[in-house]
Amino acid sequence: MTADQILFFIFGGVSLIGAIAVISFRHPIYSALSLIVTFFSQAGLFVLLGAHFVAAVQVIVYAGAIMVLFLFVIMLLNLGTLSAKGVLTGKLKGIAIVLGILFAAQGIYIAVNALTDTEVGSPEAIERAADLATNPIETYDIGILLFRDYLLPFEVTSLILLAALIGVIVLVKRENRVEN
Amino acid sequence: MEINLLEQIVIPIIKILFIAHLLIIGVMAMIWSERRVSGWMQDRLGPNRVGPQGLLQPIADGIKFLFKEDLIPNHVDKPLYVLAPAMLLVPAMITIAVVPFGNSITISGLEAPILLQIADINIGILFILAITSLGVYGVVIGAWASNNKYSLLGGLRSSAQMISYELTLGLAIIGVLMLSSSLSLRTIAVEQGAYPWKWNFLIHFPAFLAFTTAMFAETNRLPFDLAEAEQELVAGYHTEYSSMKFALFFMAEYMNMIVGSAVVVTLFLGGWHFFGLENLGGEGSILAGLISFAIFFIKTGIFLFVFIWVRWTLPRFRYDQLMNFGWKFLLPVTLTSIVVTGTLWVVVKENKQLWIGIGNAVAAFIVVAIVAGMLAMDNNSKSAVQSTPAAAPLRGLDAVE
Repeated sequence: MTADQILFFIFGGVSLIGAIAVISFRHPIYSALSLIVTFFSQAGLFVLLGAHFVAAVQVIVYAGAIMVLFLFVIMLLNLGTLSAKGVLTGKLKGIAIVLGILFAAQGIYIAVNALTDTEVGSPEAIERAADLATNPIETYDIGILLFRDYLLPFEVTSLILLAALIGVIVLVKRENRVEN
Repeated sequence: MEINLLEQIVIPIIKILFIAHLLIIGVMAMIWSERRVSGWMQDRLGPNRVGPQGLLQPIADGIKFLFKEDLIPNHVDKPLYVLAPAMLLVPAMITIAVVPFGNSITISGLEAPILLQIADINIGILFILAITSLGVYGVVIGAWASNNKYSLLGGLRSSAQMISYELTLGLAIIGVLMLSSSLSLRTIAVEQGAYPWKWNFLIHFPAFLAFTTAMFAETNRLPFDLAEAEQELVAGYHTEYSSMKFALFFMAEYMNMIVGSAVVVTLFLGGWHFFGLENLGGEGSILAGLISFAIFFIKTGIFLFVFIWVRWTLPRFRYDQLMNFGWKFLLPVTLTSIVVTGTLWVVVKENKQLWIGIGNAVAAFIVVAIVAGMLAMDNNSKSAVQSTPAAAPLRGLDAVE
């Protein structure tokens, strides 16, 4: 087993354990922390794939910014431990079962495909992976892709974010006006 | 794949051990110099009993911390309470891995020159931003796990502060990255060259000030140490901590300072360069390598002195002042700096650095003037509303703002 493979199993295993811990813990703070562990080990997987920039962004955006806000909200609301029954009751339970089955089907489909696919594990694929690991994707290449080849989708995405931002500000301002 | 034992394993381990120990010794030196310098600034002696000039004081402190009873209060969330100091200390320690602390040394017989840096990765500066953004968890989790209102308030304050100033921290370096067109800290340091007038702190002066200020806020140092404001919050997020766990919080703060200074030196103050002195004895020689390390060390030391100097001369900000300063002054200044640098980079054909430097300074001045004017107008209209007789007593408070 090469060092890369060992690291893959470590990061993959930790991210799976973290993901299971998210839904197993009864306390929201512990769940949030487990989610951070998952995000972090996924960043490790990105590094193994040679995508250093994506790994750094994963940590900065998800582990560093979004989850801090999650923790912030959980602490401010002072959410206690969930009851043994959990939050899934009534209609929610039905939706959860349907979504869970769909999600499991996806996972099985991908796993079966990967196992039967002749390309996976072929010498060419292994060579390509080794090449990626030694010559990581440069930030430069991502810049070229984002700002030249996929400029329109990129700008549209930023417009969506801008719309959300303006929406939030409008909502906050309206509340102020009512108070006055 | 062949593994060269000496070059790929032994030398990196030596580098890692050297830097890790240097960091811990640096923390001890900082504790000593903070107390001695504060004594000097306040015209008193400071600790001078243990060892010559009190140099062994940090060791005495350490022994005291180790032998104190490690108290865990009953009402805390135990696993997280124990985990929190480590969550703060570990990010502080790993960020140093990508900081270049000197030029390279070429030794005949080895395949590649030895870089005076643990890891020269392509995304160096992003790595630092990513890892420092994790430091906030130590504070927040420690605060929450303590199950104490003062601790929680301190933790919330500090996380809001860290998130706000992280933006400035990230935006302030964009101009630097544009000119050096690389994210690797080594490349950024090399690009600046040997002479101070080509270093980034002149070209990106507003961004340099903003970055430094944000760095103070990120390390929770005065004048931004609202997370542990003694008069209001006992000791903030580490109120419930004692013994070595408290010492870990303490060490993390100093490590953050050291790493922060090293990053500022690399990004803005030319790294290990100083008038070509770093190439004495020929580039790549052992002498040159040692001199480049010494230059980097001295520069970082001077910057650390500024940290102490600021702490003992400036009073603490109030919370709204802190937020106003971060969002209404630093953020616009760094944003303008990006626009100005980018525009001038394309428009100007000759003497780019000079014009970008001038443009940045002028633009920052204009932005600060506009924001200050708007805030003053805002304050005036507020006091005009409150000048009705019923609200008159409030004006005194408002004037303090």
